[in-house]
Amino acid sequence: MRPAEALRRPTPWLIAAVVLAFALVPLRGNNVGLREELLLAAVYVILATNLNVVLGYAGYVNFGNVVFFGLGGYLCVWLVSDHAWPLLAAALSAGVFVSIVALGFGLGILRLRGAYFALATIGVNEGVKAFTANFPPWGGSTGIYLSIAAYGPLGGPANALWTIYFLLVAVMGLSLALSYAIRNSKFGLGLRAIGQNEDAAVVLGVPTRRYKAAAYSVSAFLPAVAGALFFFKSAFIQPDDAYDLVLSTEAIVAVMLGGQGTVIGPALGAFLYEELRSTLLTTQAFSNFQLVIAGLLLLIIVQFVPGGLMGWIHRRWPRMKRVLE
Amino acid sequence: MMPLLDVHELGKRFGGVEAVAGLTFAVGEGEIVGLIGPNGAGKSTAFDLINGVRLPDRGRIVFRGDDITGMDPRYVVRRGLARTHQIVQPLATMSVLENCMVGACFGRADLPLRAAESIARETADLVGLADRLAEPASQLTIAGKKRLELARALCAQPSLLLLDEVLAGLNPTEIRRMIDVVRTLRDRGISILMIEHLMQAIMGLSDRIVVLSSGRKLAEGTPADVAANPAVIEAYLGNASLAGFESTGA
Repeated sequence: MRPAEALRRPTPWLIAAVVLAFALVPLRGNNVGLREELLLAAVYVILATNLNVVLGYAGYVNFGNVVFFGLGGYLCVWLVSDHAWPLLAAALSAGVFVSIVALGFGLGILRLRGAYFALATIGVNEGVKAFTANFPPWGGSTGIYLSIAAYGPLGGPANALWTIYFLLVAVMGLSLALSYAIRNSKFGLGLRAIGQNEDAAVVLGVPTRRYKAAAYSVSAFLPAVAGALFFFKSAFIQPDDAYDLVLSTEAIVAVMLGGQGTVIGPALGAFLYEELRSTLLTTQAFSNFQLVIAGLLLLIIVQFVPGGLMGWIHRRWPRMKRVLE
Repeated sequence: MMPLLDVHELGKRFGGVEAVAGLTFAVGEGEIVGLIGPNGAGKSTAFDLINGVRLPDRGRIVFRGDDITGMDPRYVVRRGLARTHQIVQPLATMSVLENCMVGACFGRADLPLRAAESIARETADLVGLADRLAEPASQLTIAGKKRLELARALCAQPSLLLLDEVLAGLNPTEIRRMIDVVRTLRDRGISILMIEHLMQAIMGLSDRIVVLSSGRKLAEGTPADVAANPAVIEAYLGNASLAGFESTGA
């Protein structure tokens, strides 16, 4: 698809509108509370949208997708604290490094299919977590703390929080743009063929190994950058927070809720899930009650609406396929 | 002249069964060759060996002068050897057009998306799926899915097409249409190797027929020669005197 043609379709404009809304709404009246809420929503959108490239397009359940987020966070925090790198350089390097690592892992574990692949991705996450916890430069199980001086170059903590928020919103926009570009490319067509019937895809000539590994690697980049920004903001990182399988699972729920294999669906699912989650977290029912709901939600979706919200919308109003991709 | 496809002493064993046992035959440029034989004769296995889905235990496959024995199916199709499946393999939730585009994008021509789309549209038109382009492949009838298998393989722009029972399960009208399509393909210079159980159709279409039984080549020749061959009649029907093969055959 040529760029000019892409801009005549509604989806790129929708993406731009969402990004603008995220950026502008909390600016009104300097609403820090809303900003923090939207920041978390942006992180969920980033994780779900990138996970969707592997899960929704290529049909491979990456259960350990949080490993990209955590490893990106570690690299960035370490580069900033121990080597005094500027934030942007550290975050981008973390993204590049994690993508390369993912390519290596991908070439190995993507020979597995179905449940075996899903298990292997958990293994990757746990393996990287164990490495991190035993790697002295990264502080072992106590992790790394950033001193407040790290925010100096960004104009002090208050300004830094806004800057990081805008950067995360930008990463969210890039995630959606990337997902859209892949969905409408030859690469995306091949991935979706793999997702539908890998044996048929092989016979049709799809370079399945190369494509799967590329998808796995590409889907690692932006979550790693997001992890870098997120943990820089926290000023603290430790293995249990960085490689938390709960976040992985929540990303899967978000993708399934919104509609796997669509561009907008996973982001919509992530946003709705995060809203639900923050409501449940503040009602004090009991801790992590959102996970009970998430589990139920996942069961209901898989059983009754495998296409998620977008699948339901597309079936109900087939014309919406052209509007909401 | 060198044949387009040259299969020599091909063999494949599954446990104690030799599914293909030293099969030798060739397909010439522009030829339609029928591969027939009773159920379990090894026809589909032979296809799997030729396009690389399974690795042969022995033998050699030469396609357009190059040894492709044991080559990955991804590369076989890029060399211009495409196939359909006996059990249809649609990319279920993708549209008919997208299914065909996969064939065109990753086939012999390795086309970009836009060029693939126009090839896909032409091909869908040729096999009679032009008014179904936007539908998900899962919603096609069996006849439609068979046509889609054929269209997708054709989109790869092959010089040799392996057709695995494209007529099975179709009604007489659909069969006539499919036979016309196959003839059109040959007129366009595509060679065809086809497995078929429907004797009338394969006898009418094929230039030459190879008969398989228990993984071995039982007979080879023109449809008329093969139909009159007592060994072939016996393999199919057991007893030639009761068969009445001529009245049901070509």
